[in-house]
Amino acid sequence: MLTVVIFLPLLAAAVLLAAPRLGGRAAIGVWVAASAADLALIGWMWWRFDPGEGASGVVDGLAYEVDLQWIPTVDAGYHVGVDGLSLPLLALTGVLFLACAIYSLREPDRPRTYAALFLFLQTACLGTFASLDLILFFVFFDLTIVGMYFVISGWGHGNARASALKFFLYTFIGSLALLVGFIGLFLGSDERTFDMVALAANPPLADSPVARGLVLLAIGLGLAVKTPLFPFHTWLPDAHTDAPAAGSAVLAGILLKLGTYGFVRIAMPILPEAWQRWAMVAVVVGVISVLWGAFVALAQTDVKRMIAYTSVNHMGYVLLGLGAAGLVASADEGARTVATVGAMYQMVSHGLLTGALFLLSGWLWSRGHTYAFDRWGGLARPAPVFAACLAVAAFGSLGLPGFSGFVAEFQVFTGALQATPVATLIAVVGILVTAGLFLLALQRLLTGDTTVPSHGPADGGEPVAPAGGTVTAVRAEPMTGVRDLRGHETASIVPLLVLALLLGILPGVLLEVIEPAAAAVVELVGR
Amino acid sequence: MSTALAALVALPAAGGAGLLVTGRRADRVAGSLALGLTAAALVLAAVVAAGRPRLSLPFLGIVDGGDLRLAVDGLSAVLVVLVAGIALLVTVFAVADLRADAARARFFGFVLLFVAAMLATVTAATLPALLLAWEVMGATSYALIGFRWEEPGKLAAGTRAFVTTRAGDLGLYVAAGAALAATGSLVLADLDAAEGGWADLAAAGVLIAALGKSAQLPFSAWLSAAMQGPSPVSALLHSATMVAAGGYLLIRMQPLLAATGWAATAAAWVGALTALVLGAVAVAQSDLKQLLAASTAAQIGFVVLAAGVGATAGGTAQLVAHAAVKAGLFVAAGAWLTALGTKQLAGLRGAARRYPGVGAAATVAALALAGVPPLSLWATKDEVLAGVEGTALTVVGLAAAVVSAVYAGRILAVVLARPTGEESFDVEEPGTRRVPLPSLAVAGSLAAFAAGLGILALPAVAEALKSVLGAEGEPSPGLGDLLLSGALALVALALTVAGSRARPELAAALERSPLASWAGLGHLLSPRPALAVARVLAAVDDRGIDRAVRSVGRAGPRVAGLAARADDGAIDRAITAVATGTRRTAAGAARTDDSLVDGAVRGLAGAVRRAGSAARRPQTGLLHQYYAQAVAGLGVLLVLLLLVR
Repeated sequence: MLTVVIFLPLLAAAVLLAAPRLGGRAAIGVWVAASAADLALIGWMWWRFDPGEGASGVVDGLAYEVDLQWIPTVDAGYHVGVDGLSLPLLALTGVLFLACAIYSLREPDRPRTYAALFLFLQTACLGTFASLDLILFFVFFDLTIVGMYFVISGWGHGNARASALKFFLYTFIGSLALLVGFIGLFLGSDERTFDMVALAANPPLADSPVARGLVLLAIGLGLAVKTPLFPFHTWLPDAHTDAPAAGSAVLAGILLKLGTYGFVRIAMPILPEAWQRWAMVAVVVGVISVLWGAFVALAQTDVKRMIAYTSVNHMGYVLLGLGAAGLVASADEGARTVATVGAMYQMVSHGLLTGALFLLSGWLWSRGHTYAFDRWGGLARPAPVFAACLAVAAFGSLGLPGFSGFVAEFQVFTGALQATPVATLIAVVGILVTAGLFLLALQRLLTGDTTVPSHGPADGGEPVAPAGGTVTAVRAEPMTGVRDLRGHETASIVPLLVLALLLGILPGVLLEVIEPAAAAVVELVGR
Repeated sequence: MSTALAALVALPAAGGAGLLVTGRRADRVAGSLALGLTAAALVLAAVVAAGRPRLSLPFLGIVDGGDLRLAVDGLSAVLVVLVAGIALLVTVFAVADLRADAARARFFGFVLLFVAAMLATVTAATLPALLLAWEVMGATSYALIGFRWEEPGKLAAGTRAFVTTRAGDLGLYVAAGAALAATGSLVLADLDAAEGGWADLAAAGVLIAALGKSAQLPFSAWLSAAMQGPSPVSALLHSATMVAAGGYLLIRMQPLLAATGWAATAAAWVGALTALVLGAVAVAQSDLKQLLAASTAAQIGFVVLAAGVGATAGGTAQLVAHAAVKAGLFVAAGAWLTALGTKQLAGLRGAARRYPGVGAAATVAALALAGVPPLSLWATKDEVLAGVEGTALTVVGLAAAVVSAVYAGRILAVVLARPTGEESFDVEEPGTRRVPLPSLAVAGSLAAFAAGLGILALPAVAEALKSVLGAEGEPSPGLGDLLLSGALALVALALTVAGSRARPELAAALERSPLASWAGLGHLLSPRPALAVARVLAAVDDRGIDRAVRSVGRAGPRVAGLAARADDGAIDRAITAVATGTRRTAAGAARTDDSLVDGAVRGLAGAVRRAGSAARRPQTGLLHQYYAQAVAGLGVLLVLLLLVR
């Protein structure tokens, strides 16, 4: 079942590549169908999943488990399974990829390859979240980097090749650090295995604190680059700015989660003592990321770079929560579990809201080929639907109660305060700065005199030049006839916002899955 | 019965959300829908005030008090009726006052959402419920202040209001964490039992949140910006409800404040000083809505003072009476603005004579605001001051009461004066030159409440209120106190009116003083420092960190530059790091298995080095070559592993 979910998109990608005569719209149609089918399967898995009572997950209570031998000499296998940590992220992957598929319905540039690439990327992401074996995790993890490289370099704009290369090299080096850490875990384990479940049940390197610390450092570095955390975040804004909208949505919504997911799935349960010992480092890095991301985002003059930096901010909350979970001595288990639940919730919430924000920023590119704040203004007049969606996404992203971000951030702060009051007091300021920067962005883009960049094609399918004229036709007056969100854009963005709203009002749906797993992680860390 | 409580919040919320989703298509029905829903809310409020139900909806799972719990006790009972009542009256006013072509669905949609949030705030029994309602209230106020976003500066005013109140809201997040740490629960009532440092932190958080929302010092200036909103918004949000929420919260959390000691004292002093300073600011205003805004902060200051000194019944009474008085004055100011097109005091000269109905209502409300016996604020202010101990605080309180008579006197002196015919109208918008009947009715009923609540001066009525609030035994003012404050108010009022007749240049001098620009309080809320920090950090990010990452190698040709740079420096550095790291790891692991790991390390380091030097060779920037190298490197690693094993 789970294997089908993971490889169904890959199969569809293979079909697409094998049928070169397929029309563009048909290819995207296949993509939408495959993503929808995959999401339906994930939904069914969710329906049948029993989250369990109390602490359940990571080492027990795994569902849809498959364990096949792969490289027997190092005990690396095709071991996949689902628990409360991975299921929400699998579902997020399914939702976000489907949204991207619908968003790309009118993709004019090599749609067949584009669809195949995204489907390949989807398999890689699903595989990473489902992996219960370090080598398998690593392979899928690296495949996501490859896939995203081609998305950015092939379909990006601006300085796409350079940004893609920077992204690739930076995250790839990060993944090498990760691999070193994994090998350290392997060598340190009693059973000599790469199996995450076995490693978490019987933590390696039990009697050598220095080695534990160094292995955690390697893994932490690798994940910090991916997450990204201060000061390893500088690949992110470039990659986002030059990526196509759907690529940015996947990059921020899913790929960043691979990093934070690695912390809860690998670093915390497998190296509990090291995590406890160095939890304060995670807290400090988290808090710096929160403030750094927020303040640098505030200063941006480019919409996409701003959203990219708020991702650094949001991921900082995750690290704060996870770090607080490791401060066993200073907080009781209840508070630490609340912080961990908040961190997990933030991963899903950020995926939905930032995914929606990036898809919305794609509207700016398609209408005016620029993300610069000073080139846009008064958009609420010609594009009220876009304005409403942007406002909702911005308020969701700044953590307004009623949206999923509040459930996440409230729990992170509430749970972390007992463990690390000073750091939490500093981090709380982050939600004020994000509030300011999002409202400022709304003010700049939506109000004032209506201004729209006066050159460049307006929309993929729109006639921009007078009949027979050239594309460089000069428009002296600011064009106000900019077209509002189109059907496929609305159909991809609105569901993400509705989901964020539902998860903000009825968090129980997601919490009942996350809470047992978070309790299990906290129990394992507390060993 | 708990269904009624659920409906009280859910009906306006659902109606508001529905209007917002439907958009302009619903403009025609929006007004009547809002009227129906707020009327229903008033009935439901009366029902729950009598029945005192409780309600719990699941929200957060694992933590005690993580549910959304609403409960109605004495204090909540008074406030739900107040909020629903004012909401209904202001909705009537808004239906008449809004321009015909206004986006009514959006307006009433946000108003209904706001009312739902306010009703949830005053009934919330757990911190998640409180914080949810509290912040949604702030966000809807942003949308309402910025309702006419097409006009420059309106949305910026909303931003300022939201960001300032959210700065206060951070306190509630902290209070929630402190509550969990101290009591293991997020139930509001449990906080009363908190002890030690966590109780101090929680009290500080609650205090800051309340001061922010209630526009107390030092947060007051956002209320000035909020006056950019339409008049009905000012009447609903910035007089009777939203700014009152901070005062409400402090009254509700009074046991926590008292338990810490310092927090209660701080609240009392901040409240008293706000009443005095913002009262002085109000005196110096030349714009009626700005004057009313400053006086709102000042009057809520008495509520905060009451919470600080433990006069919860007096504070609640002050909250209710002020809501009626100020909503009435804002409705009058709004009606004049619509009719005459100005809210400048100079232009409103004689406005009460031009429109005698609204004028009478405004006069009664302004007299109540001045604290003239036997009107409401006279009684409630004394009820608050009766709880004050200590000479300094009493003197500040009395001085603030005198100041309120002065600014009320300024209003009266202007609007009751004989019009000269030289008033400049239509400075802000074209006036309609008429006051519609609904506006008159609303102003009239609010003025009636403003006057009628003076019965709180009767000891029997005051005792009845105290028993409803469970605040028996709190001190009440003696006859001497009542006479003294009444006399002070009358004297101050008379002097002000006489003074502004005889020496108009005095008022002009005041309007030029720093007090007129809200005593520079706006600078406290300036975003400039934050923006400066942001720019510096962004520069460091771009030129420091990012450049460090990029410039580890020497610059190559322009095209291959980035690749070459990243390649030379970063990979090389990574390799060294990996090699060292692995070596150290090995040293640790060697304790268990010396020879094996040693070999692995040497091999690993060598393999990585080989992969690295191979990777440096082409420097073409072509990905497929890079990836091939990477795969080769990985392959070496894996093979090595297999060999070692």
